[in-house]
Amino acid sequence: MSEIKKIKNLKEFSTSADRFEGAHLLCPGCAHSIIVREVLNATNDDLVLAASTGCLEVCTAVYPYTSWDASWIHIGFENGSTAVSGAEAMYKALKTKGRLKQPDRNPKFVAFGGDGSSYDIGFQWISGCMERNHNMMYIVLDNEVYANTGGQRSSSTPIGASATTTPAGSVSYGEKRNKKDMVAIMASHNIPYSAQVAPNKWKDMVKKIQHGMNVEGAVFINAVSPCTTEWKFDPKDTMHLADLSTDSLVFPLYEIIDGHELNITYRPKNIVPVEEYLAAQGRFKHLFKDEYKYLIKEWQTRVDANWAYLQRREEARV
Amino acid sequence: MAFDKLELNEIEVWDGNHAAAQALRQAQVDVVSAYPITPSTAVVEGYAKFKADNLVEGEVVMVESEHAAMSGCIGAAAAGGRVATATASQGLALMAETLYQASGMRLPIVLNLVNRALAAPLNVNCDHSDMYMVRDSGWIQFDAFNAQEAYDLNLIAFKVGEDHDVRLPVVVNQDGFLTSHTAQGLHPLSDDDAYNFVGEYKPMNDMLDFEHPVSHGIQTEEDWHFEHKARQHADTMNIVPAKIDEAFAEFERISGRKYNHIEKYDMDDAEVCVVCMGTSVETAREVAKEMREKGIKAGVIGIRVFRPFPFADISEALKDLKAVAVLDRSAPGGAAGALFNEIAGSLINTDTKVLLSGYIYGLGGRDLTKKHLVDLYTELQANADAGKLLTQQQQFIGVRGPKLAFL
Repeated sequence: MSEIKKIKNLKEFSTSADRFEGAHLLCPGCAHSIIVREVLNATNDDLVLAASTGCLEVCTAVYPYTSWDASWIHIGFENGSTAVSGAEAMYKALKTKGRLKQPDRNPKFVAFGGDGSSYDIGFQWISGCMERNHNMMYIVLDNEVYANTGGQRSSSTPIGASATTTPAGSVSYGEKRNKKDMVAIMASHNIPYSAQVAPNKWKDMVKKIQHGMNVEGAVFINAVSPCTTEWKFDPKDTMHLADLSTDSLVFPLYEIIDGHELNITYRPKNIVPVEEYLAAQGRFKHLFKDEYKYLIKEWQTRVDANWAYLQRREEARV
Repeated sequence: MAFDKLELNEIEVWDGNHAAAQALRQAQVDVVSAYPITPSTAVVEGYAKFKADNLVEGEVVMVESEHAAMSGCIGAAAAGGRVATATASQGLALMAETLYQASGMRLPIVLNLVNRALAAPLNVNCDHSDMYMVRDSGWIQFDAFNAQEAYDLNLIAFKVGEDHDVRLPVVVNQDGFLTSHTAQGLHPLSDDDAYNFVGEYKPMNDMLDFEHPVSHGIQTEEDWHFEHKARQHADTMNIVPAKIDEAFAEFERISGRKYNHIEKYDMDDAEVCVVCMGTSVETAREVAKEMREKGIKAGVIGIRVFRPFPFADISEALKDLKAVAVLDRSAPGGAAGALFNEIAGSLINTDTKVLLSGYIYGLGGRDLTKKHLVDLYTELQANADAGKLLTQQQQFIGVRGPKLAFL
């Protein structure tokens, strides 16, 4: 186990040694780059990183350039998790055999993927990595849509969102199904640590990333990543949207230790109505028509129920 | 805990799968990332048992699918060490995406492909449809005709693929069940001789070298993709054959066993010849010998190196023949057989007058009998005597129902 990096304040945090360069092709206002920097800046240890095909990958490693000043690999859409698990296995093997070039290092193995490559096409690969309990962290940059390919629904897209493959129209309110609960699913692999994080709550984020990097075994992190392009909000409002997501409890922040011990890590002082979160995004605009307003009520009921469920689990310590 | 070595007998009785597993053990593979599938399962089981018995030190990662198996191999290879796996048929089909990624990322990985038919209909027995499916995937491909060769070619595969001028993954093919499950007497190398031949793994662009961070698997569009693919093909055509020659020569020095890109049998004065792959090569050799007793000057060519395809060797070996049959163990799907096309491609634009015919045989493990080959050589001799093809160019042999012939 390596020493945990001490971080005093946001200024120091945001200007600490940066292994993700500012030169990349992500949209202005994209939360992906903010989350990635927060994760990478949480540690001084060496990193072996992977990205599945998606916004982060296509915008950060276009030959002959790279935004990554750390070991990095991309294979395909579904297998960023397994790429890192293979590298982690090689690390173990070379450590056993005494062939590591820098045997004194404590590298962290981290894979990033969007919700499309995580909730959908790469689901089985992540499950395999979690079940095998590799010493690695998998982080979903969850923007609830296939953003890289122009806004198709994924199984993370929430009810009522208009996506290009589940568009709102004269007889449709868009996506019909509820979002998959990935944190619960991955925690059910009884991995040592899983958590939900948000870029606006950076102290909570750092604490969880550092905890995750220092446990032995597989870690799953779901990070809400407001998408200016597909959620349809002004690029300057990314952090506002992140605030709305956590303070409306649409994205509650919590952690699950060893697959069962749930701790809520952020309790908003003033809980924002879900309606405000929805109203801030173009993808939900049609829900404010009279015939679909019932869906907004259902949204609030669902979010309230989930918050109550999380609190019950926390209290029961199960 | 240091691992234990094995004292092998001068002759060991192994099947092809166990021979491959033993070669992986002796090569001291660092990571095996694999998923079981008939008929290649025993390669992985054998290796896992070596691990359980402290005969290997590397990691064995038993993943949840063949796609993940190769994905893990790619991650492990990029991290910087020796990597191997095994699969067959449907497993290879599921893995196919990652095979292109492995070669495009220039990562040396050894894949034991135990050839089995592709469904549907579901079938666990041998044909070469899986081998053919990934023939353009950018992997070097060796073909073993028996268990001894499966063992030898695994060791050679590491040596060739890991060469810093090559850096390409290698498939070692062997026939499902016919080779993989048929025990034979083998002459293995000692553990030390085998490892010394393969050599210590020399990492390049390894992700575990933190002083030199590298981005693997980057994106290139119309501006650079073509140059990368062209470079890879140029290396495969220009550099790989000589590296294979070097490895074959060194292997002959330590084992006495000589390998060639094409394996010629009785070809010096042959007038008719069968070109084939896998276990059929040995059957054809036996029949060719018998045909000689009947006055037919019969020869056999077995394809040892399927990729890069040995065009020059083939055209040189076949140019003076009268009639040649190319045997394809795969449904041609509305075309000539894949091997037929390569042989035809080797002969075109030469002065040869050789008559070429193609035979589709053995799908889904259907036996290729000696009688089939006797009839085939007889047909070739008739073509040779007539100076023209007396049959259609493509025929199916060994299949029920009325005679099937095309083209």
